[in-house]
Amino acid sequence: MDNNQIKNIIAKRVAKEFQNGFVVNLGIGLPTLVANYVPEEVEVILQSENGFVGMGPLAEAGKEIKDLVNAGAMPVTLVPGAAFFDSATSFAIIRGGHVDVTVLGALQVDEKGNLANWMVPGSMVPGMGGAMDLVVGAKKVIVAMTHTAKGAKKILKQCDLPLTAKEQVNLIITEMGVIEVVNRRLILREINPHFTLEEVQALTDAELIICEDLKAMEV
Amino acid sequence: MTKIKTLEEVLTHIQDDMSIMIGGFLGTGTPEYIIDGLVDKGVKNLTIIGNDSGFENSGIGKLITNKLVKKLITSHIGTNPETGRQMNQGEMEVDLVPQGTLAERIRSAGAGLGGFLTPTGIGTLVEEGKEKITIGDKEYLLELPLKADVALLKGTKVDVKGNIYYDKAARNFNPLMAMAAELVIVEAEEIVEAGEIDPDHVMTPGIFVDIIVKEVK
Repeated sequence: MDNNQIKNIIAKRVAKEFQNGFVVNLGIGLPTLVANYVPEEVEVILQSENGFVGMGPLAEAGKEIKDLVNAGAMPVTLVPGAAFFDSATSFAIIRGGHVDVTVLGALQVDEKGNLANWMVPGSMVPGMGGAMDLVVGAKKVIVAMTHTAKGAKKILKQCDLPLTAKEQVNLIITEMGVIEVVNRRLILREINPHFTLEEVQALTDAELIICEDLKAMEV
Repeated sequence: MTKIKTLEEVLTHIQDDMSIMIGGFLGTGTPEYIIDGLVDKGVKNLTIIGNDSGFENSGIGKLITNKLVKKLITSHIGTNPETGRQMNQGEMEVDLVPQGTLAERIRSAGAGLGGFLTPTGIGTLVEEGKEKITIGDKEYLLELPLKADVALLKGTKVDVKGNIYYDKAARNFNPLMAMAAELVIVEAEEIVEAGEIDPDHVMTPGIFVDIIVKEVK
């Protein structure tokens, strides 16, 4: 699998978590791809933390609209029913539990549901942006990421990078499977049929508990 | 008395060592014309408060590239490598604040509040040095208000009374900063007569605004 295939497998699987009417915030990068896989019969309302709900797909080249960009400054479109607001309202939506699902990438995540995705001391300090508020405030937190980073494990017993939030992650979706965080344990619910259980565990630092009802991940 | 001033008049109000809030989100809703004026004037040792540090040649990034900033209070610096460089070299102090906390701290200052309790940052580096308060069975951080000497805003349409309408995603931090500074200056894309903005569509009431300057591209 090349990197592009991996990302799309993950994005496609994340989209299945959405239900009709959900308010969803998608992080920059891989999570943005999830929007491409939302089934037509499921209507989700995308929230953009720079100040609106009802975000549509990226704007086509030449059709950009002034002052209409996503939180990564990419020109986007709106869907009918969109609404704009200021940053305090935007984060009242986020912190106040009005976002059903937030999808973010991660540098590390651990079996307690801790998430690290905002800095690597000494080398990369982009800042947390809205991530700390999103992870604390959203009803469901989905980490969508490649299972490893250049061979290094990312699903750990204990994160060693500075945390974005403590014990807030609910679901981890990678190209190898779907892992739920339950009571500080990681339950493997689905596995990509291209991998064996041993292969998945070998690339996971934390212990995976195999769900009795383990399913094949649709890829 | 008119609130409309020239850029030259605006710049006489901004001195070295001041704290300045600047509206915008990665350059959308950012008063670039005033920022260019600050760069030309060369005011130094500024404390800048804004959502992000923009890009190297746009938004707040221009102040950083020109080394006019002593301290930056912001939520995100990842789009401007020069910010990280100056931070790592110890040339500029950077205080990273979660975006929602930054917005609410500014709103609190403008709303006369002594602070607020947020669950954001619990169990992270953000909680260092802050008071933790438990309400019910949930822990919160006490976050304090954040105000500035000057706020620089960008309005899409501004009437001569200072009432502001922002288009689309240009609103972001602007209405919050309008309430949280001693001197509030708005850069207007378009200045209109009083009454030309429907009062129902005013997003920042003109009573918050001291000075209006027409953007010149």
